[in-house]
Amino acid sequence: MAQDGPQSQTIAVIGGGIAGVTAALEAAETGYDVILIEKEPALGGRVSRLNRYFPKFCHPTCGLEINYQRIKKNPRVKVLTMHEVTAVDGEKGAYTITAKKLPRFVNEKCTACGECARVCETEIDDPYNYGLNKVKAARLPHEHAFPMRYVIDAAVKGSGDEAKIAEACKYGAVDFSEEEEEVTLNAGAIIWATGWRPYDANRLETYHYADSPDIINNVEMERLANHDGPTEGKVVRPSDGEPAKKVALIQCAGSRDVNHLPYCSMICCLASLKHAAYVLEQYEDAEVHMYYIDIRAHDKMQTFYERIKVDPRIKFIKSKPAEIHAGADGRPYVKGERTIDRELYEESYDLVVLATGMEPAARDISTGGDVVKDEDGFVLAIESGDGGQISCGVASGPFDVALSTQSGTAAALKAIQAVGAR
Amino acid sequence: MADNKIGIYLCEGCGIAEAIGMDELEQTVSNEFQVTTCKRHAALCSDEGRAVIEKDIKDGEANKAVIAACSHRVMAGRFQFDGAVTVRANLREQIAWTQTPQDEDTNMFAADNVRMGIAQARNSENPEGHENVVKSEKLLVVGGGVAGLTAALQAARAGTEVTLVEKTDQLGGWTRKWSRLIPSRPPYRGLIDNNIEEIIKAVEDEGRITVLTNAIVAKTEGMPGDFEVTIDHGGSEVKDAFGAIVVATGWRMPDDMSPYEKYGLGKVDGVMTGVDFEEVLANGVEKDGKKLETIAIIIPCESEQMPYTSGVADRIAIKQAIQVMDANPSAMVYVLHDNLRAHGQAEELYREAQDKGVVFMKAMVKSAEAGPALTTDDLLLGQEVKLSGLDAVVVMTGMMPNSTNPDLPKAEKGNEFLCDDVNPRVPITVNGEDNGDGDEAKAKAAAASGDDDEAASVAPADCDPDNPPLPGGALINLQYRQGPHIPILYNGFIDSHYICFPYETRRTGIYVCGAVRKPMTAYEAGNDATGAALKGIQAINLVKESRATHPRAGDLSYPHFGLDICTKCRRCTVECPFGAIDENEEGYPQLNPSRCRRCGTCMGACPVRTISFKNYSPNMVTEMIEAVEQPDPFDEKPRILVFACENDAYPALDMAGINRAEINKTMRFIPVRCLGSVTLVWVSNALEKGFDGVMLMGCKSGDDYQCHFVKGSAIAQERIGKVSETLKNLMLEEERVAIEEVSIADSRRIVELLNKFGDQIEEIGLNPFKGF
Repeated sequence: MAQDGPQSQTIAVIGGGIAGVTAALEAAETGYDVILIEKEPALGGRVSRLNRYFPKFCHPTCGLEINYQRIKKNPRVKVLTMHEVTAVDGEKGAYTITAKKLPRFVNEKCTACGECARVCETEIDDPYNYGLNKVKAARLPHEHAFPMRYVIDAAVKGSGDEAKIAEACKYGAVDFSEEEEEVTLNAGAIIWATGWRPYDANRLETYHYADSPDIINNVEMERLANHDGPTEGKVVRPSDGEPAKKVALIQCAGSRDVNHLPYCSMICCLASLKHAAYVLEQYEDAEVHMYYIDIRAHDKMQTFYERIKVDPRIKFIKSKPAEIHAGADGRPYVKGERTIDRELYEESYDLVVLATGMEPAARDISTGGDVVKDEDGFVLAIESGDGGQISCGVASGPFDVALSTQSGTAAALKAIQAVGAR
Repeated sequence: MADNKIGIYLCEGCGIAEAIGMDELEQTVSNEFQVTTCKRHAALCSDEGRAVIEKDIKDGEANKAVIAACSHRVMAGRFQFDGAVTVRANLREQIAWTQTPQDEDTNMFAADNVRMGIAQARNSENPEGHENVVKSEKLLVVGGGVAGLTAALQAARAGTEVTLVEKTDQLGGWTRKWSRLIPSRPPYRGLIDNNIEEIIKAVEDEGRITVLTNAIVAKTEGMPGDFEVTIDHGGSEVKDAFGAIVVATGWRMPDDMSPYEKYGLGKVDGVMTGVDFEEVLANGVEKDGKKLETIAIIIPCESEQMPYTSGVADRIAIKQAIQVMDANPSAMVYVLHDNLRAHGQAEELYREAQDKGVVFMKAMVKSAEAGPALTTDDLLLGQEVKLSGLDAVVVMTGMMPNSTNPDLPKAEKGNEFLCDDVNPRVPITVNGEDNGDGDEAKAKAAAASGDDDEAASVAPADCDPDNPPLPGGALINLQYRQGPHIPILYNGFIDSHYICFPYETRRTGIYVCGAVRKPMTAYEAGNDATGAALKGIQAINLVKESRATHPRAGDLSYPHFGLDICTKCRRCTVECPFGAIDENEEGYPQLNPSRCRRCGTCMGACPVRTISFKNYSPNMVTEMIEAVEQPDPFDEKPRILVFACENDAYPALDMAGINRAEINKTMRFIPVRCLGSVTLVWVSNALEKGFDGVMLMGCKSGDDYQCHFVKGSAIAQERIGKVSETLKNLMLEEERVAIEEVSIADSRRIVELLNKFGDQIEEIGLNPFKGF
């Protein structure tokens, strides 16, 4: 039974990354009420942590800024941050969403003045930078955070910082009494836009990700290259901060492997080509080796691949490395057999970047009856397509950003149909 | 217009009062301006602070509020008050967080920002939107392939009336030819039945859809909400009005097939295209009564592919190989490839093909011989491998986007806008005066004589209007001043911000989907079409409320044209990135308001400054420039004016403030909607008023442009190229004016740029006009 009243017409978008933000705005600008539910303290998801997009080398924040401007101007979009959805139940017109409301310890009175951070001494691993550096426990998530509001990590609670921070805030915005609570929300249609996380590189046992700080994954590489990352954009060895000039890019670290991710993650080849460009741009005497099975430059990306390929400082080696390990000299080594000439190799690098694949974040969330998840955790609308749950972006399959924004727009129409187009 | 009653509200929070002398600021404001009220509060954004402003407005003390606090990018909703104009003066990010506290220069900076805010408020009204132009809420879908069918069906299911126009005599397009399709659902293996007949039937059964086959769009006039479309339906004319248009014209075989001759296509018997092979597959893998059992499928190597080839071919090759094996498990299929692009879930399909015995060879085909036979370089074995005794060779050819209609003759006019880089290369002048090279006079004379082409139709260097990169006529034959085409990107696909905003073409209310946008499979085209249908419906809804579409969605302001002083120079009609402005019979600009994206490029183009928005105008900015106090030359305090694009440069500036960077104290910032809206008059105004330097900060231009209004930053570069004349006339150094491409991620670089420019100006010395 569809419930009466406005909630049955509300569209809930789960996930505030680029797909979810797009879906929410496209529906709202068409005249529908939307709740956009994000588990992190700020919107933007994975793309807000990327340095540049392929193939244009433009910055993700550029498109996000326009989208945030759209949200600010549109009263139909209600943004909930720090709400982690745990389950969805119900049917078209009457879904119940259960979410954990995580304590931010900062309420809407926050002006982002920064006094809490100034007095805070507690430091935590910076989640924005995948723990590559330390950050104050009271912080603005990052310089482009939307909403522009501080967040305080629970590590402060009970420490000497708690009182200092509470006192420092002149606006009554700090509230240490906040506790995790369960909330329920109602909506007539659901758009799953929960995105992805990098495949856990520790599960690739022979690649010894944990054994050297100079073996990193591809999302960490984006942070190294980003001006607001831990190295202010310098691609250096995390171990000693020295220039990372000789770099190995390891494709299909988890993807295309039935023991890990059976599918091709679609973005990693192009992302690695982009990473090659970061290194080549920063060091004249750079040397980049890309270990690959196939370079999958899909749709219009062929020209992008060719643009990078012509640089004599990049070498493409068709091979899936058998082993990566930290040598006695502390440098990471890549070892294996070249597919083309069957030669064995073992070579050391300043930095080894594992192109880890995308694992759907919805794996762990309980979805209701009229949507299915495949074995890998991607969310798919039911075959008949007349349910009220829709998915887009990487929640629905291994997509790049262009496909995520496209599918987010399409999902908005499906949701509008579900809540009963006016 | 009601009398201006301007209230000034000074916020003291977030470090503002610590950095700025608030008493002095309040005094300056009260002394200099006859403002109704000037109030201070510890935190204007708090409920109490907000109440102060609200009360003044309610009591009629103020109808315009200048809120001197944080950047306009934050607390936007907090500082909106019914019936009042709100203007923000940035004291926090720009001053309190970047300047030396309690310093004379800091106080001067703060006073200038408030002065500029007051000037802005004086010249600002809340926009009310243009008159309602919506005559139809129907959607026109052009193209009856899988994309067009899906767009029509999905729009209809959302309650929209649709007319679907298909140029051939039947629906279904290319997809009709495919016997089996790639699976889109788990387990992602096992080919699926082609469901195109079901989709066609659903379209035909859908009461809200009118299907016209043997029909093409002969002519499209009007604008979103009121597209008057003439359809040539089997020779007879059908006229109808539509709110928005979805273009799903798909793809065609490459016009030039010669790159495939080396594979024997068209030369050797038994060599066929992948499209022709579909027929063989549908016929039980039989051709001319003969079973085809040994087959080579070639995916042409990358360097030989056109930019519009990659991506789909590889998956189709795998699909066809599986189909052969399914029909005959003892068949022999070789797939010759370089990098096999079985991306996403197609990996499973690749695995299925391998399981079924398809042989994948990383090999380059060198030549094709009779038989057919192929000579290849096997890249893994490192040696030549011959494949002979083949029953068939299949070549995966590319998909060329139907961005133009190859069946129609080339349009007579406006082809330069199909592929324009920077338009136009028309002379730019300052103060409406001839800049010395006589072009303005020429333009005026040309306008007077009614000679169109002299003034405005100067084609950019990299596009030959007689030979546009794609042959054929215009898809929907737009009757726009800028010609009939929907502009394309350098690679032949229809132009859009294809990563972030894939549907936004440069023709408002017209959305493109399917293989005319990028190469895609049938299933992908269907998904793509669903998004385009949404955009069409959304455009109609926004236009109905007189609101702008993307990216200023919801904006009620729009440009007003003061025709009394218009010289009919036509720059606005030519430079508009979206073709929003036509010319009426007398040659005056005529705005089609719902085509307009509100970027203000027309305003920046107008040499006589007669184009303005209610809340953004040449007068407003000129008064803001004049509002800045120019210190006495003996104080040796330079002033530099920065026009910063509000989409990227200004946010980067804000972030510099958030990072507490130190910004050169001589800078004064004016946010602009787009650099395209900046007129050179402002630059000369600033220099004449005593500014020592002027900097323009906008987005990247070129093939990989980042300008949200596509052409704005490119046009600004063109205009600024003309500024040296002005400077020469004013006897000023050229280095006093600079333009920089800045990205939103430049929060650090932007500080360096500004500080360097500040040093440069200091070195040049003060503007001799200062003090006059």
